[in-house]
Amino acid sequence: MSRPSPDGRELAARLKEHDLSVAPAVLNLLEGRRGDAREETSALLEAVAPSSIGGEAPGHVIGITGPPGVGKSSLLSRLIEAWRARDRSVAVLAVDPTSRRSGGALLADRARIDVHPGDRNVFIRSTAAGDRLGGLAPATRAAASALAVAFDVVVIETVGVGQSETEVADVADTVAVVVQPGSGDVLQFLKAGIMEVPDVLVVTKADLGKIVTRALADLRAAVEALGASEVLVVATSAIAPPKGIDELIDSLDAHRASLDLPARRLRARRLHALADFASEHGERGLRALGGRREAERWLSQQDPGLDVAALERVLSDRAGA
Amino acid sequence: MSQMSDSAPPRLPEPDRPWLMRTYAGHSDAKRSNELYRRNLAKGQTGLSVAFDLPTQTGYDPDHELARGEVGKVGVSISHRGDMRTLLDGIPLDQMNTSMTINATAAWLLALYIVTADEQGVAEDKLQGTTQNDILKEYLSRGTYAFPPGPSMRLIADTIAYTVTHVPKWNPINICSYHLQEAGATPVQEIAYAMSNAIAVLDAVRDRVPQDLMGDVFGRISFFVNAGIRFIEEHAKLRAMRTLWEEIGRERYGVEDEKQRRFRYGVQVNSLGLTESQPENNVYRITLEALAITLGRDARARAIQLPAWNEALGLPRPWDQQWSLRLQQILAYETDLLEYPDIFEGSKVMDQLVAELVDDGREEMNRVSELGGAVDAVDYMKGALVSAHRERWRRIESGELTVVGMNRFTSTEPSPLTADGDGGILVVDPQVEAEQRAAVERWRSERDEGAVDAALKELARVARADDENLMPATIAAARAGATTGEWAQTLREVFGEYRAPTGVGEAAAILSEDVAELREEVERVSNALGRRVKLLVGKPGLDGHSNGAEQIAVRARDAGMDVVYEGIRLTPSQIANSAAQEGVHVVGLSILSGSHRELIPAVLDALREADVGDVPVVVGGIIPEADAAWLRGVGVAAVYTPKDWDLNQMMRDIVGLVAERHGIAAPA
Repeated sequence: MSRPSPDGRELAARLKEHDLSVAPAVLNLLEGRRGDAREETSALLEAVAPSSIGGEAPGHVIGITGPPGVGKSSLLSRLIEAWRARDRSVAVLAVDPTSRRSGGALLADRARIDVHPGDRNVFIRSTAAGDRLGGLAPATRAAASALAVAFDVVVIETVGVGQSETEVADVADTVAVVVQPGSGDVLQFLKAGIMEVPDVLVVTKADLGKIVTRALADLRAAVEALGASEVLVVATSAIAPPKGIDELIDSLDAHRASLDLPARRLRARRLHALADFASEHGERGLRALGGRREAERWLSQQDPGLDVAALERVLSDRAGA
Repeated sequence: MSQMSDSAPPRLPEPDRPWLMRTYAGHSDAKRSNELYRRNLAKGQTGLSVAFDLPTQTGYDPDHELARGEVGKVGVSISHRGDMRTLLDGIPLDQMNTSMTINATAAWLLALYIVTADEQGVAEDKLQGTTQNDILKEYLSRGTYAFPPGPSMRLIADTIAYTVTHVPKWNPINICSYHLQEAGATPVQEIAYAMSNAIAVLDAVRDRVPQDLMGDVFGRISFFVNAGIRFIEEHAKLRAMRTLWEEIGRERYGVEDEKQRRFRYGVQVNSLGLTESQPENNVYRITLEALAITLGRDARARAIQLPAWNEALGLPRPWDQQWSLRLQQILAYETDLLEYPDIFEGSKVMDQLVAELVDDGREEMNRVSELGGAVDAVDYMKGALVSAHRERWRRIESGELTVVGMNRFTSTEPSPLTADGDGGILVVDPQVEAEQRAAVERWRSERDEGAVDAALKELARVARADDENLMPATIAAARAGATTGEWAQTLREVFGEYRAPTGVGEAAAILSEDVAELREEVERVSNALGRRVKLLVGKPGLDGHSNGAEQIAVRARDAGMDVVYEGIRLTPSQIANSAAQEGVHVVGLSILSGSHRELIPAVLDALREADVGDVPVVVGGIIPEADAAWLRGVGVAAVYTPKDWDLNQMMRDIVGLVAERHGIAAPA
């Protein structure tokens, strides 16, 4: 028989002690699909739930998303550098857009993010996206909530624009959508309501000059028109000398400070349980709950103290009933 | 036939002069390479072709961390003007024609050459030779780049602008289609991408020289091409390039002088098709490829260097290279090749072949142009090359493409050529690296530090001032005694660093029936593991030949594995860090530069330090059998060399290895 899965409770204990070296093992467990891995995963999630650690996990879970080629990885490289300069530890869950054409996937994101290899306070893990662009990998939700116990910042990087980025909004405290100047798509999506308004809008390639000023003005006008004037719009440049990075970090921090964190996290846990339920029981399971919307409504009435595993159990019970 | 009697006689009044004959050579240090050059010249070689080691090519001194294991391996280590002086000692530079395979650091090595000539009393306008200086193909294939595309194009433009006025007989750039073919390019891709690269360079120069110099500039652009075993089509390819080049000169750059529009090229024939199994057959392959570049007078090479029969085994010895030089001499001096006008003139078959290649080449050039030109289309071209290479490999595996002695006619007698104790290759003395480290330290301690500092400061200033030519400051730094690493570091600080696209993400998936069984096994092992088999493909060291690693990465993906591939030039600690964080089940390392004895154990150590010492490591590359056994002895699970051409078998092995390490039983 192959090796047993690692002990979930033990991993959780080490996360609580801010032992960052345990991150790879946590991911190995959470990505596991075997029966014993599921049990240990439940044990881990239970042990990092707010009821077990006396409050929400302190890390800031940030979703960074945007269309391919806008410079997300370069931006992330500069952000990591700046967070490290502020002495914050960073975990990156890079959800690679490469589809699993053959079951396998080529994970090339890591190559595009430059970090100091000797820095033990930065952790990067790549996983293949689900079936569609912008979807999360199955383990990403669990990984984000677990790593937020130990890391100061947990970034979930996905590719997508339009409806597909809503998944990252389900799990992150703060969502930043990255666009490049001159790309009208995002503006159109926003206006048409196809895209949910993010918490922070980032315009990259600020070194391009005039068209950046124009793009910033367009985006500000658009969010204003949508009555979402609280959305922060920041311009950055990742090429030397970088621009706007500290301002972006301040904006991300400001959003987090203004946030009702327990409410957002509670919603994330409920949606996480629903996502796990859906991946286990499929459309048929969702129908048994009266559809996705009905399931979300029902979940919102459940005990706020339930952790993800417990929520999934009550969903299963309800579907079976 | 009747026409022949009316037209010019079928013989030339005087036989043509032979092409320049060179051997790509250089290893260890300047002194040992100088001895080799003198011996080669005594054997009738008529030009020099300098091979530099990877630290020199990528701008690092021998004592830099990334230089570890690479010093003096694939070429000579040159750090400063003292090294260059020793390298060229006793070789009169006013008479020599020297080709230097140097790209990212071409401006620097040219500066060292100019300074050395000056010390010999030879003025720069007397110098003849070539700097390869083609950075786009480094991004696409060869990997010895140092700076981002923008500043790299500026460096190229500056060397061209400088040489056109100061070193007028120098070829400042060799646009390389050679490496594109090595990376799997089809003839059409080779034509189109080389021409597109040339256009990108000329457009960049056009901004930096007066318009009336553009004719001279165009006239100094030469090409470095490849010739494969399909030698009729390969000859047609060269004729097609000639046609397109003349057209580009006339139409795009308004070059009126016919001589300046002439397509001039040097060649190294194909190494991709050389086999490790029955390596003696490579002699025939090289001979036939040499015909492709010499048969027709209208598209004959100006300079030729031929690979050695044993390149797939390791670094060739002087004797192996002599054998290849003799082939050139037989072709030029024994045969009647040089006595006739173009023998394909009037050939319908040849004309149609050429027309077809010109049309298809033009179409592909348009595609690159629509993407914004070669600099912007690097991602596209890289992806196309990886796909083409994979298709070639698929045809070899399926038997559609015959490679004699490799996938057909494989039974063989033992070869007496490889029976010697040394396995028929050159082994660089491992002492060289330590010697070179000490030597560069000594050099630094004995020079005028103030003069070097001032020269590098000036270099940085010019680099920041976009409108000044970098060559004069570079020559001044060479004269002051700066080192290769210092010159490159100064520019890295201004220009930034760069990672080229890997091309693997864009490569299309293989037909599923070819890997169906393999996928089932990957699926079975993944299920037993509880998570998908995950492979890290790593390229440690400075070796940029990533074609092999890319093919492995793509095939593993097609077989159903999750593959982490980060591209070239990684330190052992970077590889170990990625392996640990990504939670991979197996690590595959690729090395072609001969530095495996130093780098592989360093990676194994780093993996142990990162607490993932139990992850099995497999190694692929040009690795002599004795070294393979040694590597297995220090803990490598398996070693693959060019004779292991069946990638699916390699994948089966890798999956089997993961299963074994995790106690998963073999399939029933």
